[in-house]
Amino acid sequence: MKRIEFTVIDGNSGSYYALLGWLGTFAAAALGATWYMEHNGHYVTGMSNQIVWGTPHVFAVFLIVAASGALNVASISSVFGRVMYKPLARLSGLLALALLSGGLMVLVLDLGRPDRLIVAMTTYNFKSIFAWNIYLYNGFFVVVGIYLWMMFERRMNRHTRVAGLIAFIWRLALTTGTGSIFGFLVARQAYDAAIMAPMFIIMSFSFGLAIFLLVLMASCKWTERPLGDALIAKLKNLLGVFVAAVLYFATVQHLTNLYAPEHHGIEAFILRDGGIYTGLFWIGQIIIGGLLPLALLYHPATGKNRTMIGLAAAMIIVGGMAQVYVIIIGGQAFPLLIFPGFEVTSSFYDGVVASYTPSLPEVVLGLGGVAMALLMVAVAVKVLPFLAVSLADSDIDPHYVAPPAPEPEQPGDDKAEEGDEAAETA
Amino acid sequence: MTKAFDVSKRRLLAGSAALAGIAVAPGITLIATSEARGAGPATSKNRWGLLIDSTKCTAGCDECVVACRTEQGWQGHDRPTTDAQWIRKVSLKDNSTGATHSLPVMCQHCENPPCVDVCPTGASMQRADGIVLVDKHICIGCRYCMMACPYKARSFVHEDVTDQKTHMPRGKGTVESCTLCVHRIDADGIPACVEACTEKAENAMMFGDLNDPGSDIAKELSKQVTTRLRADLGLEPGVHYRGIG
Repeated sequence: MKRIEFTVIDGNSGSYYALLGWLGTFAAAALGATWYMEHNGHYVTGMSNQIVWGTPHVFAVFLIVAASGALNVASISSVFGRVMYKPLARLSGLLALALLSGGLMVLVLDLGRPDRLIVAMTTYNFKSIFAWNIYLYNGFFVVVGIYLWMMFERRMNRHTRVAGLIAFIWRLALTTGTGSIFGFLVARQAYDAAIMAPMFIIMSFSFGLAIFLLVLMASCKWTERPLGDALIAKLKNLLGVFVAAVLYFATVQHLTNLYAPEHHGIEAFILRDGGIYTGLFWIGQIIIGGLLPLALLYHPATGKNRTMIGLAAAMIIVGGMAQVYVIIIGGQAFPLLIFPGFEVTSSFYDGVVASYTPSLPEVVLGLGGVAMALLMVAVAVKVLPFLAVSLADSDIDPHYVAPPAPEPEQPGDDKAEEGDEAAETA
Repeated sequence: MTKAFDVSKRRLLAGSAALAGIAVAPGITLIATSEARGAGPATSKNRWGLLIDSTKCTAGCDECVVACRTEQGWQGHDRPTTDAQWIRKVSLKDNSTGATHSLPVMCQHCENPPCVDVCPTGASMQRADGIVLVDKHICIGCRYCMMACPYKARSFVHEDVTDQKTHMPRGKGTVESCTLCVHRIDADGIPACVEACTEKAENAMMFGDLNDPGSDIAKELSKQVTTRLRADLGLEPGVHYRGIG
């Protein structure tokens, strides 16, 4: 095993600038969408007094959840001492910061009064989980920033483990805070459950690693850096475990609700009668985001194929978006139970399922957050050496044994499949 | 060089102080005006609340809604999904018996208001006398309070507002709800909805101090069991309903 070298990317190619151009265009479009929504007011969106949090929140929550999950690769190297993950730790930290920035950008720009952000930063109600989250999010930037500094600065390397441990604990707290935004809502049938916090943590493991895997494969491919099969195999196996865990938590969440008659209404809505939400749950979250990726990641025919692994990661992201959509929008669409036992009607849509269609500006704002996150990564890897020169198994695996024959000896060291396309990231 | 810098710095400071004075002055004026009305600070000696008798409230009547809209100026733009509704008439039909009721629903002015708990900036607040309000100056429009309210009592201002009342500033991008006509209460008056129901309708609404055993509302409440919406949540609403228990 060699000493790991990191370098900046050249970033002089036309395709690199084209990537920056595309991402920049989406980010700029998001600002335009924000101006349109703020200038006219939120009535131009699909949101209403019934669905108060819309598509921007789906993107924002997804990105924030994924951000903390993207840090896991670094945690595995620093906290759990896995040497093979060490060359990935810098990119892991960078991606975590970028995704959180993108998510927060969307969240803040959808506020009714984004110009009052300074108020949110200076006036706190400490009983609010939102206020805690402002500290947790800002603290995440500081903690991960210091963690990256420890990694980059050779004299500080000895502190990496401690910094990594603090960052790991912080990210658990952060995702607990994000899940608790919903877990603490006593008013609505779909929320008010302690399982929300741990479920969001496991969702973050899955979504964050899926994005990390795609970014890693794309950046290695585009900068022509070797990426070992054993490393990919480890990452995809871990991803499979996380996907299974998300399915497990979703099962427990709904089974627990199904046991209590008071929750039968919301469960029937999500699982059977909810139209788009039922479709997104079964087809989006469970099949596209869960079962199919598991099959792709573990089936012998596809589990060694990088295109298929990339496809599985993309499906996990799509399924994850569907899951967050069902939680946020579906949870609001189901009417509030103000008068149990009564059939309710009013001019304010009491007792009826609220309708919601995402509007273009909302979607553009959400996509702009994704673009902003990827743009930050693309620029950062040109400015600072985040990427290892080589991630070939022979360079990073301490247990690497050169295969004497074409057939590899270790189950993880599979033969590279040349010509595979890494899945695109955006 | 240093001297010149000092002079310009002094000018800058003086200018900043003047600007700060201009910025703060209207606030001071506002407070002074409020005190001049002789309202005095709200205290926990009072606990303002409502009693709504659904046996008197009639299905077609919306005098309370009209009065509130006129008083507070929350007329809409003919966009029912996004227009504000501080108070609304709700029709109920008992699933098991078929019996029907009609009643108004507004902010329930909870003793333990979840909207106040979740608000990150403290814009959603509760006065000492139990009235739950939104400070429009520090509301950032996150809508978390709307997610948290079990009664759907709050509205988000989705577009520009016109014809605002001087006692009730509204703002695009902020959240609002029934104030229990706090401006009237502080001037020893009663909420507009109660006044309208008493004068123009069936006298189905009563306002008063729940903490004062001698008040009419306290006496009425002691006569007959009342219902508070989603009492199971432990929020201790200040609005009591009769006839739907």
